[in-house]
Amino acid sequence: MRQLTFQQALDEAVAEEMRRDARVITLATDFTGDPIKEFGPERVRFSPISEAALTGMGLGAAGCGYRPIVNWRMVTFSFVAMDQIVNQASKIRYMFGGQADFPVTYRCTTGGGIGLAAQHSQSPYSMWMHLAGLKIILPSTPADAKGLLKSAIRDNNPVVSFECSRLGGATGPVPDGDHLVPIGVADVKRAGTDVTIVGLAYYVSEALAVAEELAREGISIEVVDPRTLVPLDIDTVRASVRKTGRVVIVDEAPATCSAASEIAALLVEDPDTFRALHAPVRRVCAVPVPVPYSPVLEQAALPSREDIKAAVHEVLKESARPIPR
Amino acid sequence: MTIDKSQLVRMLRTMILIREFDELAIKLRVAGKIYGAVHPYVGQEAVAVGVCASLRTSDRVTSNHRGHGHCIAKGADIRRMMAELFGRATGYCKGKGGSMHIADFAVGMLGANGIVGGGLPIACGAALAAQLEGKGDVTVCFFGDGAAAEGEFHEALNIASVWKLPIVFVCENNQYAANNAVDVQHPRIDIAPHAAPFHIPGIAVDGNDALEVHARTDEAVARARRGDGPSLLECKTYRWHFHAMRHAIPAETRPADEIASWKARDPIARFEHELLERGALAVPDIRAMRAGVAADLEAAVAFAEASPFPDPKDLLVDMFAE
Repeated sequence: MRQLTFQQALDEAVAEEMRRDARVITLATDFTGDPIKEFGPERVRFSPISEAALTGMGLGAAGCGYRPIVNWRMVTFSFVAMDQIVNQASKIRYMFGGQADFPVTYRCTTGGGIGLAAQHSQSPYSMWMHLAGLKIILPSTPADAKGLLKSAIRDNNPVVSFECSRLGGATGPVPDGDHLVPIGVADVKRAGTDVTIVGLAYYVSEALAVAEELAREGISIEVVDPRTLVPLDIDTVRASVRKTGRVVIVDEAPATCSAASEIAALLVEDPDTFRALHAPVRRVCAVPVPVPYSPVLEQAALPSREDIKAAVHEVLKESARPIPR
Repeated sequence: MTIDKSQLVRMLRTMILIREFDELAIKLRVAGKIYGAVHPYVGQEAVAVGVCASLRTSDRVTSNHRGHGHCIAKGADIRRMMAELFGRATGYCKGKGGSMHIADFAVGMLGANGIVGGGLPIACGAALAAQLEGKGDVTVCFFGDGAAAEGEFHEALNIASVWKLPIVFVCENNQYAANNAVDVQHPRIDIAPHAAPFHIPGIAVDGNDALEVHARTDEAVARARRGDGPSLLECKTYRWHFHAMRHAIPAETRPADEIASWKARDPIARFEHELLERGALAVPDIRAMRAGVAADLEAAVAFAEASPFPDPKDLLVDMFAE
């Protein structure tokens, strides 16, 4: 199978969908590669730095039959378009009674770990999860990145594609042909029996690395990647946790009101999953602080493999502890 | 510009319908028959009607919180509008939107909007679609003087100019942004000059003169259809009533002489006079027209009241498209 970087896989997804459907257009302040060469300046729009305008234009053009891809480039730039995201995009179909579809894809990079400091290291997907009305994809491999982004572009709803900055250069196998990954289907990246680690984006590969290390200690880890946060395939996550009885949820967003919190709640609210738990649900998330610049401080703020391993050992220890009477 | 008599008569009837629709909406809200907020368009009828008289069905408009007039002028069905105000399943949004979110995509009405300035980027997107379609359709974006203080206004004018989008920005300067007079929110009380830095035409027009609004819109629309890009049309007008009401009509805070001077320039009385002068109709015709409007509104209320409320089990319907 071909090896592509995460970024190449994303670029390929856009190019293939633009070839497939003349109604796909893309708007951004900048592009990777030279998409104008193939698709022309009508469909590939270099825009002023006007995120609110771009975000709303994506919506307006989508409501009129086009399939725009609006690339905010960094999720942090989307915050200046909050009206269009929060008040318009997430509500427009419902509040108009389903009169029209709005097939727009919003793309952005997300996450820290590359020295970009407080503003450009955020992972705010849970803010969008809260809105009810936006689909959200968060791939962790080049193959998933390509397949999910293609599905997003074909979806008839606003979809936000969170593309992890630390994964940009990561390489992996990508199937040939029209590779699609359905929105709303989690993936078990590694099967195991003792502890489930639910990882998001970059922390899927970290969880896999930890699982490899712990296997040498005789601990069997199952790694589950939700891949999409809305809709969230909680059934797959619950099935894994019912099997292992222990779960550690890892994400680089701070824990408060996070995707990790939502997953934890959905696990323990389910009677069968709750009864199957041998230990409390454990979250490993960023320290609630603006992400600092200096590598030493940044590493201290974001989850590490050691943090994940420690959490796994804790849930194992806890599950062996007799309940005090 | 030549408008035939039948079009003039239709314009007058639409203006009267808009006024009576919103006067009725106020009464219905006071009576507790409808819910939420009402933002009456009364006094501004010449703008919606003058502008929309220049448009075809395939042209699109976006609106704001004071949107009933824009809906009616673009051709929306007052029965389904009324049903929406009544929160019924037969309303435009199946009772999910209410007054501030009425839309009718079938006639190119892309929605009212509860956020000041929120419609400007969406209108630019509709104009981008029209530009790509290449059929000569245009988009009109209605907003108020208050929206001119929002960042989205400046972003929209800039990108529309850079990309030569087929759009007409119609600012209804009704002298008040919510309850703040235009001169306390802008260094100058004119909005049209905002066009100059973006290198697009900025035209100020008497927004209480339907024919003048229509003539200037024709020029701006022709420019957009030719591919020459956007224009900003500032229509100076006045809202006769309050900014917004919920359960009760708020106390008037504006000077009485100011209100009186604008009511003396009633756009409907003026247009009626103009049409009588031109011989487009006679006094009994106007009387009959008003009776017809009243009957239509009565029928709209009857339709709404006879319509079912939405079924709570449909709460999640329309969240996502297939």
